[in-house]
Amino acid sequence: MKAAPFAYVRPTRLGDVVAELVRADEDGGGKVIAGGQSLVPVLAMRLGRPSTLVDITDVDELKQVDLIDGSLRVGAAVRQRRVERDFRGVVPLLSQALPWVGHREIRSRGTVCGSLAHADPAAEMPAVASCLGATLEVTGPGGARRIAAEKFFSGAMTTCLGPTEVVTAVRIPLPRQGDGFGFAELARRHGDFAVAGVAVRVRTRGGTVEEAAVTAFGVSDRPRYRDLRDELQGAVERAGVDAIGIARELGDAVTAMADQIVTTAGDSHGSSQYRRRVLRALATRELVHAYQSSLEPPR
Amino acid sequence: MIDAVVNKERFVGQPLARIEDPALLTGRGRFLDDLDPLPGTLVAAIVRSPHAHARIRGVDLERARAHPGVAAVIGPEEVLTALRPFPLSLRAPMPYYPTGTDKVRFVGEPVAVVVATDRYTAEDAAELVHVDYELLPAVVDTKLAMKPDAPRLHDTANSNIASDRVFNFGEVDAALERAAHVVTEEYSFPRYSSTPMECFSVIAEWRDEADGPRVTAYANFHGPFSMVPVLTGALGISPAQLRLIVPQDIGGSFGIKAGIYPYIALLAVASRHAGRPVRWTEDRIEHLLASSAGSDRIMRFTAAVDAQGCVQALDVDFMENVGAYLRPPEPATLYRCFGNITGAYRIDTVRLRSRAVVTNKAPTGLNRGFGGQQLYFGLERLMDKVAHTVGLDPLELRRRNLIPSGSFPYATPTGGIYDSGDYEKALAMLVESSGYRALRAEQAAARGRGELVGSGIAVIVEPSATNIGYVGLATPQEERKIGREKSGSTEHVRVTVDPYGVVSVLLGTVPQGQGHATVARQVVADQLGLPLEMVVPKVDMDTSTTPWTVTSGSYSSRFSPLLTSAIVEATERIAQTIKVAAAVLLSADPAELELAGGNVRVATAPERSVKFRHAAGLVHWDPGSLPDGVNAALYAEAAFTPPEATAPSRTDQVNSSLCYGFVAELVQVRIDPETYEICIEKVNAIHDAGTVLNPLLIEGQVHGAMTHGLGGALYEEMAYTDAGQPTSTFMDYLVPTSAETGFPLVAERLVTPSPVTRLGAKGSGEGSSMSFPVAIANAVADALSGYGVEITSLPLHGNVIDALLSTRADNKRNEQPCP
Repeated sequence: MKAAPFAYVRPTRLGDVVAELVRADEDGGGKVIAGGQSLVPVLAMRLGRPSTLVDITDVDELKQVDLIDGSLRVGAAVRQRRVERDFRGVVPLLSQALPWVGHREIRSRGTVCGSLAHADPAAEMPAVASCLGATLEVTGPGGARRIAAEKFFSGAMTTCLGPTEVVTAVRIPLPRQGDGFGFAELARRHGDFAVAGVAVRVRTRGGTVEEAAVTAFGVSDRPRYRDLRDELQGAVERAGVDAIGIARELGDAVTAMADQIVTTAGDSHGSSQYRRRVLRALATRELVHAYQSSLEPPR
Repeated sequence: MIDAVVNKERFVGQPLARIEDPALLTGRGRFLDDLDPLPGTLVAAIVRSPHAHARIRGVDLERARAHPGVAAVIGPEEVLTALRPFPLSLRAPMPYYPTGTDKVRFVGEPVAVVVATDRYTAEDAAELVHVDYELLPAVVDTKLAMKPDAPRLHDTANSNIASDRVFNFGEVDAALERAAHVVTEEYSFPRYSSTPMECFSVIAEWRDEADGPRVTAYANFHGPFSMVPVLTGALGISPAQLRLIVPQDIGGSFGIKAGIYPYIALLAVASRHAGRPVRWTEDRIEHLLASSAGSDRIMRFTAAVDAQGCVQALDVDFMENVGAYLRPPEPATLYRCFGNITGAYRIDTVRLRSRAVVTNKAPTGLNRGFGGQQLYFGLERLMDKVAHTVGLDPLELRRRNLIPSGSFPYATPTGGIYDSGDYEKALAMLVESSGYRALRAEQAAARGRGELVGSGIAVIVEPSATNIGYVGLATPQEERKIGREKSGSTEHVRVTVDPYGVVSVLLGTVPQGQGHATVARQVVADQLGLPLEMVVPKVDMDTSTTPWTVTSGSYSSRFSPLLTSAIVEATERIAQTIKVAAAVLLSADPAELELAGGNVRVATAPERSVKFRHAAGLVHWDPGSLPDGVNAALYAEAAFTPPEATAPSRTDQVNSSLCYGFVAELVQVRIDPETYEICIEKVNAIHDAGTVLNPLLIEGQVHGAMTHGLGGALYEEMAYTDAGQPTSTFMDYLVPTSAETGFPLVAERLVTPSPVTRLGAKGSGEGSSMSFPVAIANAVADALSGYGVEITSLPLHGNVIDALLSTRADNKRNEQPCP
């Protein structure tokens, strides 16, 4: 469990990061490292052999967290633990999800953007980004571009990021009045990747459902987004505000959604059948929870 | 937790904090990887088989040998030249070497060793070793491996069944014919480990001296030291030519590191070729792939039961999957519980068939509970099924079958002599502490509302202080050689008093973190009437200086029953010398003296006293003043040799352990009706391990053993695909962490001192490892009792329950008549 030989560089400017990636690309391929919580085991097991590791944690402009244009903008070198601790509640869904990311020790090293770029289909951060319609900022030799989270994830551990591009930040929209959120996952142990999980955002106006975004994770090759606005509105119309009633009325719609989006082959932790069962339970529960909290007056 | 009266005059029985902890908790532990004892040590990486079963057509080591920084590369040829096969525990034509030689037989089996300046270089060069494999069909399933046409692991054997023995104690068939009920079920127990924090670690040096080779080895090996002759047998040297050193700190093992010795042989050969000492530190992937694990076992239990629910006879069939080789001490897992195979029950008639089967999995070995978790999973699941069959509550059924109070020492049909106990009282304590009657009523009401709630009980006998004689049972009686029998449970200690009265205690128990030094100090201080500070235990092992024998080591919870008994014997001799010396200073009769408070004093006139250290000083500085015929011996060795540990009888009975403790446990679980997550809501436990030496440590053992059992019940499994590809990372092999161990535990203790150990203490390290898995399984089965599913295997979690319930639903659907 020792990595194969590689070169290591730690530039201080973003331009140099891209230059190093371009140089490495001609020489077997570079890899960006920030927290290293997923990459280092991959290197140690020799499952990945980049010629150069480009460490971005000394680039000042990637260490910023800002509130900008109605979003929380998190730089690529920002640790998960810092967002969890210093920006608690700013993006409620993010705050609900962060404690589920590994363990605290892991979050003290791991970065929000690193988790997005790694694109594990059972990870929490990609699901949050998908559910909230976050935007990734990316820089490469051709300049900067922005990519919607929904388009960013293209498969298991695969994104649309080019080999010489680097994620520089993620913009996560702030909540608006009438927003409610829900987040849940089931893992066999605390801190494990999810057998199935769900991030939910419901927006209501005057009790009417305007949006019901559901992103499931751990059940497919990438986070899977569905808008269940009509289904939730229908359930509310039939059942009123009674939680058990809404849950019952949502049953068919959530079952259909789970049948449709659970595509993983399954493993010893969860067959696809079991993952459908779990997703059904969690999605129903969190839709109801998000709907109810959307009705609460803002604090 | 312990209610027993603590005698403040004595240290034994007090909850003293561990003297080991300050160093460990501040990062100052001295583990083997922290030590650099041999100058010029090189570093090894091991090339391992990616295949479960393949013939080795050729091995090309030349590119690796040419890699810069590489000192030596050895492969099957060098191993075959340098080593003999390890001597096995029984006669079986299944030669075992530390690498594959003709074939590889499990994923992770070593094939070659690269020795280089550092681990990175060694791993770079290891990639250059080319092995030409001819793939063979693999077999990992025990029953499939037993078939005559199964892929054969060892060409020299005529089947994969390495050992097949049948033991008859009484007329089982007649009892089955007579029985009001015959209850039978087949159970499957999974393979899992204890995943110590520190993996295997070895430094080996081979030197050729004028009179033959010398091997010096450092390893985190903790015994049993019966593996030393196994190791030297392979090396072709005598134990005197081997010096084995174990550092004072071992980062856990729970039995697993008993399997390290093949690597000592392998690294010794590597050192011979490198001409330098060689270090190998196992990484986590190597550890999960190829170190050791408890065995997986298929077992069929059949009980003859009378109308009252009393079990009249037991028919047991064990099929043990020992992996690719019969690595000694295997097949010991099959026999460790031989004397207590009838558990806590009054069952006089038993038949046992024991088969050890080789498959394309990694070899098995010691694992906390060793044989107990397997046995009791079958026995205690069966007792629930018996209860169900006769319509009794599981607790009442057990109460009817328990060995009655007042019948100890109790002889079991298989040769066990249960030294002490009061099982009925312990069960009554469990009823009381769990509020059993009300609990059962509440559960029934909750299940009536559709909730999935239930409880399970396990009552088990916890053997400790193994009598290694049981290993002989694997060999048929007619083949066991007279004069070559094995028995014993001896433990050595050396106690020394320096000129200042400071007492050193040299233990042969090689702790893996249990706190032996802490307790040894308590016992010595009590015995010699000294303050704790005047006792200095030493736990590191050096076979050239520490007293040891083949039974030495930490396994089968030997420390409390055996080592403390040896300490009592050694300190009695020390005390005698001290009294003689003090008698000189006090002009008294040694017989009227006592040791207390750091002094030696006249028992009837305590004001006539001298300090212990002055008496010790006299022996060192002025032995001429001692009475004629008194030796100035302020060191004493003792080898506690319990006469109860004898070789198996001609009728195949054996008292397989010296001591037998008791555990009664109740677990309540709740299963989420939607996600099928299992939540442990309540745990009540009663433990009896005889005299409590240190309640703090014994409480830690209960928690630790339960966590181990929890792992086996709900999380851990070393699973293999049909092609033999194993679980190899912590992504798939789930070990419970502190977040999973927050279940509410109420543990109480009953104390029935053992009459066969000097302090009345029994072992206490393994009980709940044996009982907790089946207690949880029984609880899950109870919670699902309305759904007609059988729990016959582990681990249990949401995915498993989903599969069980949906299989049942499918069956139900199929049973419906066509319209």
